[in-house]
Amino acid sequence: MKKGKFKVVRDERLCDQCGGCISQCANKVHYQDQDQIKIRHQHCVNCQRCVEFCHCNALSIIKEENVFHPHPLWSQQIIEEISKQANSGGILLSSMGTQQSYPIYFDHLLLNASQVTNPSIDPLREPIETTTFLGKRTHDVKRSQEGKLEIEEYPSLKLNTPILFSAMSFGSISFNAHQALLEAAKELGIYYNCGEGGLLEAFYKDQDSIIVQVASGRFGIDPSYLNHSAAVEIKIGQGAKPGIGGHLPSIKNKGLVSKTRRIKEYSESISPAPHHDIYSIEDLKQLVDSLKEATHHQKPIIVKVAAVHNIAAICSGIARSGADIIYIDGFKGGTGAAPTRIRDHVGIPIELALASVDETLRKEGIRENVSLIAAGGIRHSADVVKAIALGADAVAIGTAALIALGCHLCSDCMSGTCNWGIATQEESLCRRLNAKKGAQQLVNLIQAWTREIQEMMGGMGINAIESLRGNRLMLRGIHLSAEELDILGVKHAGR
Amino acid sequence: MREGQFKNSSGCAIACIFHSDGHLENGTRIKKAMQLMHDRSNGLGGGFVGYGIYPAHREDYALHLFYDDVTAKEKAECFLEKEFICLKKEEIPTNQCVINKDVPLIWRYFIKEEGNKKEFETKLIQAFFKINQEIQGAYIFSCGKNMGIFKGVGYPEDIADFFQLDTYYASTWIAHGRYPTNTPGWWAGAHPFGMLDFALVHNGEISSYDTNRRYIEPLGYPCCLLTDTEVITYLLSYLNHEKGLTFEECADILAAPLYSEIDKMEKSKRCYYTQLRKNFGSFLITGPFSIILGHEQGIFALNDRLKLRALMIGQKGQSYYLASEESAVRAMQMELDSIYSLEGGKPFIKNREVNHYEKG
Repeated sequence: MKKGKFKVVRDERLCDQCGGCISQCANKVHYQDQDQIKIRHQHCVNCQRCVEFCHCNALSIIKEENVFHPHPLWSQQIIEEISKQANSGGILLSSMGTQQSYPIYFDHLLLNASQVTNPSIDPLREPIETTTFLGKRTHDVKRSQEGKLEIEEYPSLKLNTPILFSAMSFGSISFNAHQALLEAAKELGIYYNCGEGGLLEAFYKDQDSIIVQVASGRFGIDPSYLNHSAAVEIKIGQGAKPGIGGHLPSIKNKGLVSKTRRIKEYSESISPAPHHDIYSIEDLKQLVDSLKEATHHQKPIIVKVAAVHNIAAICSGIARSGADIIYIDGFKGGTGAAPTRIRDHVGIPIELALASVDETLRKEGIRENVSLIAAGGIRHSADVVKAIALGADAVAIGTAALIALGCHLCSDCMSGTCNWGIATQEESLCRRLNAKKGAQQLVNLIQAWTREIQEMMGGMGINAIESLRGNRLMLRGIHLSAEELDILGVKHAGR
Repeated sequence: MREGQFKNSSGCAIACIFHSDGHLENGTRIKKAMQLMHDRSNGLGGGFVGYGIYPAHREDYALHLFYDDVTAKEKAECFLEKEFICLKKEEIPTNQCVINKDVPLIWRYFIKEEGNKKEFETKLIQAFFKINQEIQGAYIFSCGKNMGIFKGVGYPEDIADFFQLDTYYASTWIAHGRYPTNTPGWWAGAHPFGMLDFALVHNGEISSYDTNRRYIEPLGYPCCLLTDTEVITYLLSYLNHEKGLTFEECADILAAPLYSEIDKMEKSKRCYYTQLRKNFGSFLITGPFSIILGHEQGIFALNDRLKLRALMIGQKGQSYYLASEESAVRAMQMELDSIYSLEGGKPFIKNREVNHYEKG
């Protein structure tokens, strides 16, 4: 196609021809042509880097005005995609979460607040606790000979606020991005997840804030890797691409990335669709058990799955596999790269998956075997509160964390030329992200969310996060069908 | 609409007389406390429980039932007689001059305990749920040994007269006056709520309700009334009856200390509280509450940890007087050795020194 999606507009009255835009844009949209700066509109991905860095405030990016003949079925995007595939014969790829307009159930849930019959609590005056533990819980109590209560201690994660950073591999995002996430997690008393690309040795000293991942590619895994962690996460699936594996292109697999993955430089780094030792639920149990053995039964084991149609039964199986925590990733979750058709058409929303899993586990009397982490489209503190009220113990965020680091969601991660120094391994671009500043931005974000969570909890008269967990009476639905309300286990507003 | 068909919220008045030496008194003084707190109720519910009231049947379970009509009564009796040995059945004496609106049939049955106590009580709880959920128009509202709940729709002082509580002698009296915001006035919906030897009154509205309810239901406690009182009774029944936790431990779970306090404790205490919060987090009750629980051996009272509800405790000799207001405490016993306000999250636990009742 001749035209791109966006058009860069330069206000010549304001521009002083400094050329900053030329050096900022890794996509080579701006270029010097003799005494003029010219623009290749079709290269623009709308990352906003040049706009933000133009000291004359001379740039804006607008939608390309050229339109195809309007058709209710054959949209411009469909025509462009067909044409692209006709030329290349390849699978369409996309980055970040789906851009299809599926319903956002969080936006159809409203929160409660106290009035008259019980008091709201002011977080400025009263304590509102957001601390939570993730892991297996038990009611098996024994007594010592002196009559002291004895409860078996299972490994767990302590979170000062019910939010974790989700897994993003080193390779898919930069070293500085990882460092920022880790530093922020340390300061906040939450957890950073190294993803499937191995764990940088420089991070080993901070193992108490790290979740390490065991994905199907098994990159960088050995006993030392497993034990330099607070928890081990088995990645079965990812919300953005359920049922398929991953692929870090050879171009990104160099230097520290290949060293950390412990694979040959410039080789294709492929995570197969299934784990080749997990072909059924009993195989999962064996992997859980072997990871527990390898970590001396000191670390909780997380199993991460994508939200798919049969998610309740799947999680019921996982809850009986010895895993301590289940991480459910909804289909709106982000990704460095995924086949477009998979990202846009496979899986189900996290709200429905979570509600259904929580209810099933309770009915089967195994809810306490595991804690639940919900992810895939958590945008702000109200989403966190709603997810917990639906039944989650905590949530994980990926996209929101990247936005805090400077991401503008241009969704071009797979190109490797991230102008914000996040989804790239190019030295010059990576340097654009200051890890220390990034960590501060993340700390600010999570602290702000925590304050908002406390305000909302206080309004409901709840002063501890565990009293919000599964408290669906605090939710009401709006514009939802009877079936949707039934699945979510909430009443309609006004009832 | 009845309790159970909607989530019920209500404010309330509560009071209690407890004689730790086991001596008995009639229901006159507890009625006085409730009469004084008249304005804390709105006439839509009042009730009492007395422990030690059936000395002639001290070893038998006394079942109190409401019936909407004779059909419900026949069905429930048919079921009870099939399942249990019924030693005596009678209509509970009432004074219908005091209250005569929508009064159900009110009967009591003395049931013989057979075999192992724990197994028998499990069977009794099953019957409790079976009748209350499945036999339309029948409701067991009291089922303990040598104790009985008396409740209904009306102001508490009228309920006391209606059931002629001056003719019953108890060593523990607990009372409740209800200010529901949306009850239609169903007799079984009044409080105390009872299950086996437990009878609970509650003042407040808890905000953790649905967390507690969704947690306890799969453990075999279907919440039929959708009231705070019901769910708190079930939480306590599970922890105390089933798990064998002491009332001190129950309080440490229901009104757990803050993590900021726990972190400052010495190691063994810190471990104990952290373990309880980790494992029993869904039992934590947040939002305002002030509860008094009566049980076989004594009483247990607790306020929410932020102390959002009042509860005064007066002492005179070996007797304790609890109420939502000091004036109500004084209405029961003007001269006191001491009186104080119960601290948030700190339980008040008293057991009878001699575990038998003596008519004073």
